[in-house]
Amino acid sequence: MTDPTPDTEVLKTPLHALHLELGARMTPFAGYDMPLQYAPGILKEHLHTRARAGLFDVSHMGQVILRPKSGTLADAAMALERLVPVDVLGLPVGRQRYALFTDEAGGILDDLMITNRGDHLFLVVNAACKDADEAHMRAHLSDVCEIERLDGRALVALQGPQAGAVLASLAPESAAMRFMDVRNLTLAGADCIVSRSGYSGEDGFEISVPNDQAEKLARALIAHETVEPIGLGARDSLRLEAGLCLYGNDLDTTTTPVEASLTWAIQKTRRTSGARAGGFPGAKRILGELINGASRYRVGLRPDGRAPIRGGTELFAGEGDTDPIGVVTSGAFGPSLDAPMAMGYVPSAQAATGTRLFAEVRGRRLPLRVADMPFVKPNYKRA
Amino acid sequence: MLKFTDDHEWLEIDGDIATVGITAHATEQLGDLVFVELPEAGAVFAQGDVAATLESVKAASDVYAPLAGEIIKSNDDIVNDPSIVNSDPTGTGWFFKMKLLDPAEADDLMDEDAYNEMVA
Repeated sequence: MTDPTPDTEVLKTPLHALHLELGARMTPFAGYDMPLQYAPGILKEHLHTRARAGLFDVSHMGQVILRPKSGTLADAAMALERLVPVDVLGLPVGRQRYALFTDEAGGILDDLMITNRGDHLFLVVNAACKDADEAHMRAHLSDVCEIERLDGRALVALQGPQAGAVLASLAPESAAMRFMDVRNLTLAGADCIVSRSGYSGEDGFEISVPNDQAEKLARALIAHETVEPIGLGARDSLRLEAGLCLYGNDLDTTTTPVEASLTWAIQKTRRTSGARAGGFPGAKRILGELINGASRYRVGLRPDGRAPIRGGTELFAGEGDTDPIGVVTSGAFGPSLDAPMAMGYVPSAQAATGTRLFAEVRGRRLPLRVADMPFVKPNYKRA
Repeated sequence: MLKFTDDHEWLEIDGDIATVGITAHATEQLGDLVFVELPEAGAVFAQGDVAATLESVKAASDVYAPLAGEIIKSNDDIVNDPSIVNSDPTGTGWFFKMKLLDPAEADDLMDEDAYNEMVA
């Protein structure tokens, strides 16, 4: 098994030198040289995050600002609603919301977070999509919005039950933040934009920090006894246990938001009979599926046995069937679950919890069942 | 006699019986193992056939029959607790014992010095 050797064209985040100093095993991801794991390994890093607190470098992701040319935020919100099936206008100041960029066929171009910052909107998008997302916004929003990529800012995530206590020791006012709140906080002397959110299923924060202050902040957080640096390997097993999608695996241009079981993200205002129904790409298909259902759905999957069932594995209704009826889009072993877990797409007829299916693994048909997600109970700080 | 393969397997050979496992270098590359599938007693393999499968948190890996032979016994302990392979790959983390078809074929495999040089 060989580790891919990064070449000179692979990009580095401001924390790259720190990762190497901490003994990270690096891996290329979305054009960046990122830590896959550190000395403890993926299993221990995952368990540590759920038990105490983990620090993740997610600086490869895109941070974008939309500023209304008119000076009125509602104009920027209404403009962004041209591209997402989400209520942006109704998002209160200091709050964040999950959203999807859709395309004309009703498929998904990316998933993202949108924050109302008072006089502008602040977006965080996936690393692999950030160039395309920026071009998409420029093509459709330039009449109303100034669009700025914040390439001068890094992004780190502090996740786990101790995250709140750790952050409060740097900024006591962070203790008042609830899940999906966003605030300016000064952390280790740096002006940060902080959201109480994340990708782990645990309480935690995502912290936007200027590039030149990122290492100092990361060191200040890791100095806490409860905080360990965590790599992308554990980030993936954490999010999968939490039932969260990974764009490119579980979501892509062939999946509609309804098929992806993300209807909760489409507020009533944008649905048929809502005040601002439709008006986003693929609305006809998506609004139709909201009323009539989709032909297939993203579901959780639990293998009967111990063998992990990976993304790309074909699914069958009957053990001896020739034709697959679905596919696994993400699969791994869940360290907190202490069992394998997966998600994938199956026809609506096979989407009910408990449905028996078979996966073809190494020439054999392994039994599994449709299961509810999340696989591990989340700990978001809601109230 | 201790021998090694290019695929990071070790063999402890006693007459025509070989105990086979993977090296510490291999376990470091693989990371934490979460699943191990071992061959049944009586299974016959040619050199290079896939004899066992490993799964770490993130990916699957094959273990090959280092020499032709028949499986006598597999290590159930590591099936029940794959982490034993990570903590003791050259001792209690052994995979299977096989009766070699032709013990002389082992002469072509690397000794410990040659293996250590390969992974250095």
